[in-house]
Amino acid sequence: MAKLDQSNSRWQRFLDNDIVYSFFTTPGAVIAASITFIAITAAFAAPLIAPYNPFDPAQISLWDGKLPPAWSDGGSSAYLLGTDNQGRDMLSTILYGGRISILVGIAAVFLGMLLGVTLGVISGYFGGFTDTVIMRIADVQLTIPGILVAILINGIGRAALPLELREEFAIYVVIVAIGLTDWPQFARVARGATLVEAEKEYVQAAKLIGLPKITIILRHILPNTLRPVLVIATIGLALAIIAEATLSFLGQGIPPTTPSLGTLIRVGNEFLFSGLWWITLFPAIALIILVFSVNLLGDWMRDALNPKLR
Amino acid sequence: MNFLKLAKLFSVALIMATTANAENVLRWTSQGDALTMDPHSQNESPTIAFNGQIYEALVARDIEMNLVPELAESWTASPDGWTFKLRQGVTFHDGADFTAEDVVFSFNRALEESSDYKEQVKTVAKVEVIDDFTIKLVTDGANPILPNTLTNVYIMDSGWAKANGVERPQDFAAEEETFSVRNSNGTGPFMLTSRAPEELSVLTRNPNWWGNSMFPGNVDRIEYRPIKNAATRVAALLSGEVDFVLDAPLQDLKRIEATDGLTTKTVAQVRSIFFGMDQGVDELRSSNIKGKNPFRDIRVREAFNLAIDKDAIQRVVMDGLSFPTGIITPPGVLGNTPELDKQYGFDLGKAKSLMEQAGYADGFEIQLDCPNNRYNNDEKICQAAVAMLAKIGVKVNLDAIPKAQHFPKIQKRISDFYMLGWGVSTLDSHYVFSYLFDGEGSWNGIGYNNARVNEITKLIETETDIPKRTALIDEAWQIIKKEMPYLPIHHQVLGWSMKDNVDVPIAADDHLRPRYVVFK
Repeated sequence: MAKLDQSNSRWQRFLDNDIVYSFFTTPGAVIAASITFIAITAAFAAPLIAPYNPFDPAQISLWDGKLPPAWSDGGSSAYLLGTDNQGRDMLSTILYGGRISILVGIAAVFLGMLLGVTLGVISGYFGGFTDTVIMRIADVQLTIPGILVAILINGIGRAALPLELREEFAIYVVIVAIGLTDWPQFARVARGATLVEAEKEYVQAAKLIGLPKITIILRHILPNTLRPVLVIATIGLALAIIAEATLSFLGQGIPPTTPSLGTLIRVGNEFLFSGLWWITLFPAIALIILVFSVNLLGDWMRDALNPKLR
Repeated sequence: MNFLKLAKLFSVALIMATTANAENVLRWTSQGDALTMDPHSQNESPTIAFNGQIYEALVARDIEMNLVPELAESWTASPDGWTFKLRQGVTFHDGADFTAEDVVFSFNRALEESSDYKEQVKTVAKVEVIDDFTIKLVTDGANPILPNTLTNVYIMDSGWAKANGVERPQDFAAEEETFSVRNSNGTGPFMLTSRAPEELSVLTRNPNWWGNSMFPGNVDRIEYRPIKNAATRVAALLSGEVDFVLDAPLQDLKRIEATDGLTTKTVAQVRSIFFGMDQGVDELRSSNIKGKNPFRDIRVREAFNLAIDKDAIQRVVMDGLSFPTGIITPPGVLGNTPELDKQYGFDLGKAKSLMEQAGYADGFEIQLDCPNNRYNNDEKICQAAVAMLAKIGVKVNLDAIPKAQHFPKIQKRISDFYMLGWGVSTLDSHYVFSYLFDGEGSWNGIGYNNARVNEITKLIETETDIPKRTALIDEAWQIIKKEMPYLPIHHQVLGWSMKDNVDVPIAADDHLRPRYVVFK
């Protein structure tokens, strides 16, 4: 009995937490989080829940190509959202494509975060010349639209690879390209937070007792910069997914053999004039829903984690 | 006085302005650009078609594919060659006169090592100048189809070529860059005014062209802008940005036809699409099978043939606009017969057991090289083939790349498994044998070498007895049909789309002929 009470009260305490309270009282956040959760689970469980494996050529039958969605005239109940021009099930390709989009997004944000936070903390902690150099580079990069930087890095990366490795490594090139585009955001936020933290008494105290700089940075400053970084990372995830889709849509990103959502939209675009709307529309809808819910979640986090807005 | 001058200037400006308005500009697009402006460097249809606006050959084909005079006015056969009467008073774009000397020069140039037209002109042993406007092409024995083979052999100005150091054709496979790659000087109806490869090429009408009063065409300027993406090409036509799309996707033709102000034309093309399987090397480069070449086993070649469902490709990928086939030469070409044209069929069970018998029950891995901006739905056909071959255990890695990088792989014989299309400009099988089957053929990327086929290729160059010659051609095709060195898919259907204020007659060789294009 007592045990139950205790767990109850723990649950109660959890619910009473500011952030959790804010979450459950913001319907938008709840919906966005649920959709994001479902999307990410569905994407990662794609091999288990997708009706077909679109990457296994042995499962594809060309005779089933260009079938409309199940509810339209000529549709087949075997393919809920219809098939593409090669006879691949649209629902399955979207699940697998979403998986690649999300993976690329997360990896790119992680890379950008790693790079940005490292440089930002160094910049903020050491100040002076180091700070000037790093921040001016960040400023310069911020003046150029992100997607252009990504296209540039992606182009250089692809050109540097030998032809036969290009397709295989395309996904990593895209991750690096988007990651390298993202870092200034993280650097600025991390630097700001570091500047604030570095002035606080406990850091001064740590310095006085002679702790090495690396310990101070890792143990005391870094954890305290993570809150704003997390907000940026969530919004950044939505942006990274869009950036990947843009690159792929332009034919610069993920190759059609392992399509992401952006690649699917590009490939489907070819069939828009001939009335095969489902090949491009469904991946587009999936992309919009995914990005929209991640963005809403990021927005809510920004509000909830920012004490000044409360 | 000053006032008079000014008035004159104004009137001149006014005249210029009105003529500029009345100019008929044909804005033309298709998926890929001409590979080079050098007329003897690449025997590739879009390159030939584009250069054919600038350069001319001795004889040409009209819209119905009949032979018609071009730089030669008439020709007569004799047992040891053909005599051509050249057109008089023709000048090159730079003003130089066209004479017999230019013909001699051009034929010698087409025989150079770096030329891609050797197979077409190598039966010409010598070009004899009889007078300034008469030449005799001396052949080793009578060549009954010589004029047919000359429609793509363009004539250059010898003086211009010497002055610019381009006496030898550009070596395309070696990525050579010469003056003639971006500059041109022909006798044709259009002059190249600007050239940005893969972007925009502008041709303007040659006011001194000999045929100006003989042909109905009234195009003053051609702007050629390649657009790789198929949907973008259609969008450009729908929005009025271009007047003529050579290769709108087949699935969009209905939509274009239904649009006000636009029209489409279709015709069976003289072009077959097929896969090549390299049998010439001891070990395939991209395969996991080491120490032997699976394609040397006819059972593997037959299994591949039976595993590809050509009817499915026709129905789904080509929207019905193709003719599945069993021979890589279309009807209309001497040598194609209904019996040969029958496809090998689709039989997965037999294909699997053939693979098993050959010792590849678990299949193998191989790379398929495919162009992505050349033929109707080229990349999509390859994708479909990947899925079909997976069903007999063959794991195909598809490498779909632009034609400018794809074709050298075939000519250098470094591709294991590739897609190619072959149009037959001469309408005679000799053209197919000499390029694709002869052991020395420059587009024989599969290393096929059959003594009898080689012999027949040689024999039909000089055999003048038509029934005997036809029988020889048939014999060669029977051998090929049995040995299956290539994997035939289908003959293409052409679909041209245009605005309905311009009449662009469609030709079965997919060559635009602006001399017949009339703006209404």
